[in-house]
Amino acid sequence: MATPRRAFVRSEFSPSLAPPLSVGGPFGWVRANLFNSALSSILTLASIAFILWITPGLVRWLLIDAVWSAPDGDACRAPGSGACWAYVRAKITFFTYGAYPRDALWRVDVTLAMGAALAVWLLWPDWPRKGVAAILFFAIYPHVAFILLHGMGDGSRAVVNAAAGVFNSEALRDFARDGIPIIGTHLWGGIFVSLLVATVGIVVSLPMGVLLALGRQSTAPFIRFFCIVLIEVVRGVPLITVLFMANTMLPLFVPDAWTPDRLLRPLIGVALFASVYMAEVVRGGLQAVPRGQLEGAMALGLTQSRMMRLIVLPQALTIVIPGIVNSFIALFKDTTLVAIVGVFDFLRAIDTQRLDPAWNGPTISTTGYAFAAMFYFVFCFAMSRYSLMMERRLAHGRKR
Amino acid sequence: MTDQVHQRAPRTPLLTGERIRSAIWQIALLAGVVWLAWSAIENAARNMQARGIPTNFDFWHRTAGFDINASLIPFSAANNTYGDAFYVGLLNTLLVGACGVVLATILGFLIGIARLSSNWMVGRLAGGYVEIVRNTPLLLQLLFWYNAVLTPLPGPRQSLELPGGVWLNNRGLFMPSPDFGAGAGWAGLAILAGIVGSIVLNRLSNRKRLATGKGFPVLFPALALIFLLPIAIFMAFGSPVTFEYPQLRGFNFAGGARIVPEFVALVLGLSLYTAAFIAEIVRAGILSVSRGQTEASSALGMPGGLTMRLIVIPQAMRVIIPPLTNQYLNLIKNSSLAVFIGYPDLVQVFAGTVLNQTGAAVQVIAITMAVYLVISLLTSAFMNWFNRRIALKER
Repeated sequence: MATPRRAFVRSEFSPSLAPPLSVGGPFGWVRANLFNSALSSILTLASIAFILWITPGLVRWLLIDAVWSAPDGDACRAPGSGACWAYVRAKITFFTYGAYPRDALWRVDVTLAMGAALAVWLLWPDWPRKGVAAILFFAIYPHVAFILLHGMGDGSRAVVNAAAGVFNSEALRDFARDGIPIIGTHLWGGIFVSLLVATVGIVVSLPMGVLLALGRQSTAPFIRFFCIVLIEVVRGVPLITVLFMANTMLPLFVPDAWTPDRLLRPLIGVALFASVYMAEVVRGGLQAVPRGQLEGAMALGLTQSRMMRLIVLPQALTIVIPGIVNSFIALFKDTTLVAIVGVFDFLRAIDTQRLDPAWNGPTISTTGYAFAAMFYFVFCFAMSRYSLMMERRLAHGRKR
Repeated sequence: MTDQVHQRAPRTPLLTGERIRSAIWQIALLAGVVWLAWSAIENAARNMQARGIPTNFDFWHRTAGFDINASLIPFSAANNTYGDAFYVGLLNTLLVGACGVVLATILGFLIGIARLSSNWMVGRLAGGYVEIVRNTPLLLQLLFWYNAVLTPLPGPRQSLELPGGVWLNNRGLFMPSPDFGAGAGWAGLAILAGIVGSIVLNRLSNRKRLATGKGFPVLFPALALIFLLPIAIFMAFGSPVTFEYPQLRGFNFAGGARIVPEFVALVLGLSLYTAAFIAEIVRAGILSVSRGQTEASSALGMPGGLTMRLIVIPQAMRVIIPPLTNQYLNLIKNSSLAVFIGYPDLVQVFAGTVLNQTGAAVQVIAITMAVYLVISLLTSAFMNWFNRRIALKER
């Protein structure tokens, strides 16, 4: 046999190794996750040092040294004082409603409550009759909200008066006469306007975005060209320039009598801006619908519009729910920019109140920003968790 | 008898036929657009005339009459025109964009990789940073940096002294400014030559490695080329650079170079914000590289750092580049938030001050939008070219 004998056969047991120090339990976990190498140990120690450096000061500033109640800013201006929550408490009505008349705040509350209820109905996955909720939210709610927030003009009074005639109701006739008093938009402000801008953005951008996305995929050359140009141009410029344009150019483009309200102009700009971003989100959903679905629909002889309405859009919109929520988060953060054209949104309310002489001081403005940060964070973080949850649910359904 | 089934030819209804309907929709849209444009132009012409708003570009050559507190080119209220103000704003926007993109990329990659670290604590810290930054508005962060961090800094007399003759106070960051003498240019050229030489050296080494399986050392020769050569030339000319140090005179610093606090706040806020988004993109990109690649690499005996650099990152880059481009575009567009903290960028100077002074709303807004469009198109063209270069070469 010419085979070289390289085989190695052990003739006795090798000595057994010492048992590992600890692979399970808390010590094992710490070793594996915090001190698994020299670099990792250094990083862990550095992180601990960082946390120890930042936390005590933050806790002391936010909680221990904080001024919780005070008649004015004197206590907060004292050296060594922390966050001035008294300032937030004193100004919370202004931060929420702006200069909206104090005896009419219920109108804002009712509007917000209705909007919140409808939004939960739309977004909660297990609740039935989404179609009804969608019609209520996208078609009815805007009108009700407008009448509640702005008040009844001659038009809506006439409608109520006509209804009073039909039902022959004295109460309705009184209501038509008294109406809901008009409150000008120059008094609107605070969190409520931030939510309003974001809601208008989403209510307009969803249908517009679907239309633009369909138009972009249309076979008709002019429609496609128009949609592509609109989407790409608006996506290529900053929101601020769109707001400037809406604010300064819109009044020039319409006859004098139609000059839009100063709150309506940024709303138009925001709606346009949100629509083109929504169009791109929806386009992603349209492209994700399998080709077989379209072919199946065509084989059944559905018309183009029915195919879209019954087969493609329901699937496409379900796929992009997380994308829609994410673009709503971006929109909600972007609403802060409407301050540049003089709208009194939440952040602007905070940023102007720090100049109030009674409440002026370095810790006081920082407290305002901290409060705003917490508000936006809670809102956006909750929505992003919802978006993640929907993503998992949808992936679950598709995985099978 | 066969059943006589009369089969009519399928009727194509006039109004619902595919092509005709499409044509009708298109004509309707075209008519709508034309009508809107026409009535807008007509109204604008009438309104602008009624309000005495200029309809031409004459304002471009008129004297500006306002000062700008930070400018890359000489600008003074008396000697410069609105057109010059436009260039000042444009250059400032580009400067902020360039600084922000570089900083955000570095920070974003670091944080993205930190989020995937096997170290639990580092991963959590990076995750917390990303969540906090992404869930608060950029404007709030900018206002915080500017109004709550930089403005309360002590005045010039109580400036914070940083190493190297650098002073920080509420008027900005004051640094020594270099004064170049004769021969400094040659040292600068030597740096460039060193960089080019290092690239050539790397290419040669790669070529040799591909041909023979063994390259030659590059790192130390390259370091020598980039650092030692310029330093030697610099010394040979007798250190021709002198520094002018900022000095406290009266109520403010004089001399040296000054970076305005608005610029610091804007670049800081923009890069910290965009870095959080880039970190998520980097994380997703790295996670998209299949585990088999890493395992194969460690089976070949590659150490972790080399696996990351040669195996994972090149493949992850293909996933990272397109959304990264979007973030760069977002950063440049977001630099327009400068207007809120008073940094003279394109929007603040041109769409703000110039528009208010001249009233030429339509022209100014159109130019501003066109500039951002061009910047966006150029950036995405460059990134598309870069993306094609590193894209998977499929055979």
